[in-house]
Amino acid sequence: MSEPTHGPQEPAVEPVVEPAGEPSRRTAIQAVTVAAGAVYVGALGYPVYRYLGTAADEALKDAAVKEVTLEVADLAPNSALMFKFAGRPALLIRHADETWTALSATCTHLACTVSYEPEKQRIYCACHGGVYDPKTGNNVSGPPPKPLKAYQAVYADGKVVVSRD
Amino acid sequence: MTKPNWLRRAWTWSDARLDLTAAADHLKAKQVPNHRHTFWYYWGGVALFLFLVQVVSGILLLVYYRPGPESYDSVRKIMNEVQFGWLMRSIHAWSANLMVGAVFVHMFSVFFMKAYRQPREFGWWSGLALLGLAMVFGFSGYLLPMDELALCATRVGLALPEIVPGVSQIITVVVRGGADISDATVQRFFVLHVVVLPLIFLPLLAGHLFLVQKHGNALPESEEAKPVEARRSVPFFPHFMMRDLAAWLVVFTVLSSLAALFPWKLGPQGDPLAAAPLGIHPEWYFMSQFTALKLIGMVVPGTLGEIVGIGLFGLGGLLWCLVPFFDPRTPSGAQGRKVTQLGIGVVIFLALLTILGYFLA
Repeated sequence: MSEPTHGPQEPAVEPVVEPAGEPSRRTAIQAVTVAAGAVYVGALGYPVYRYLGTAADEALKDAAVKEVTLEVADLAPNSALMFKFAGRPALLIRHADETWTALSATCTHLACTVSYEPEKQRIYCACHGGVYDPKTGNNVSGPPPKPLKAYQAVYADGKVVVSRD
Repeated sequence: MTKPNWLRRAWTWSDARLDLTAAADHLKAKQVPNHRHTFWYYWGGVALFLFLVQVVSGILLLVYYRPGPESYDSVRKIMNEVQFGWLMRSIHAWSANLMVGAVFVHMFSVFFMKAYRQPREFGWWSGLALLGLAMVFGFSGYLLPMDELALCATRVGLALPEIVPGVSQIITVVVRGGADISDATVQRFFVLHVVVLPLIFLPLLAGHLFLVQKHGNALPESEEAKPVEARRSVPFFPHFMMRDLAAWLVVFTVLSSLAALFPWKLGPQGDPLAAAPLGIHPEWYFMSQFTALKLIGMVVPGTLGEIVGIGLFGLGGLLWCLVPFFDPRTPSGAQGRKVTQLGIGVVIFLALLTILGYFLA
């Protein structure tokens, strides 16, 4: 049976001398080897990456929480408490005027945990001296490049509900 | 192919400080004999590759494993919750078994090629020490998940040497940390498995590999009989190294298939008060000793039987170590033939005991 002519005609192949400038058989084999190697490395690397990533996955799941209710009956005016929110430390401040502020406690400079200083009525980062406004979280002085992330804080019946978008 | 200029300059700069040319010349000059028994030269390399797999998969398991009271839970978590955790553990367990298997093949091929003869005696002894350490690696690693089988196997394994007078006290105080297997035992087996054994194993392995570089591959007697000009060889670099790598690729494919298709199981949590499960038996590389003890126990019952068994195996191991001394190169080769027959006998004996063990279990 003769093969019907379909598709483009195969060019005549020179068995010994490769035409200059065209991919040689050696180049083709090299390309296939590199591709097979890449597939192998991927097949090895992917499970290892996912294996190591499980801890981060779990932490992200914890961090996915959008709302937390805090008992604040024992919290005196002009003082603060630390709590975990969105997987990181956060700060709830009860101001002297009975307003509430909830902020991320992670310094926007280099990720140290900040604290509320009641006597100076400021938020201070001990690592590099960054200062934030306790009402808004705005960066006031020192190295921090931007404000602390602010959350909604709503007081009712001895409890504060902190939430985020 | 021409190297780019910066690469050549980096080479010249480093060469002036590290004498890389000498190392490269050694590598270029290194030849591997090529004959019909060359197949057996791959097995040391295969064992080395599987050891490297053990190192990498072991490090990965350490990321989630916790020794002590949480050991079972942490392994359960690796098996059920950590992504691909079952695969990492399965690779580690399968690779351990394949490594011991490859070492046995390597040892017997060295034995039958008579590669323990002068000047390779230290290669033989360091290899045997590495095999012994590999078995201790296997034994200590087996306990770490603290499932039912791990608990029972370790109990038996530690009870065996205890019948030797005076050993019991040492095992209780130093090895087991108490009268029975407990969290304390897991903790110290962990230390043994990931710190102490690697510290001993790695320099010994380095010395073993150095000796292989120094003396090269031994020739089997059939090749030694040939005149030098009739012997064939291939350059190690890159020819034999490429073949080595191909063998590693085959082994890795076999290993990953085994690990993926037959995942290593985790049994129920080890309960110190539960009775031993029926049909319990050790890993295959302890099976021949296990069966021998059972059989001797039928003839010589009680503690005496076990002492006889341990004594016979100890004596056998000692003779195996000393084989370079009673099988030197001789003109007639009559002694050599006897030792070869002895070796065949040992292989058959161990194989029979191992197979029999699975029927008796």
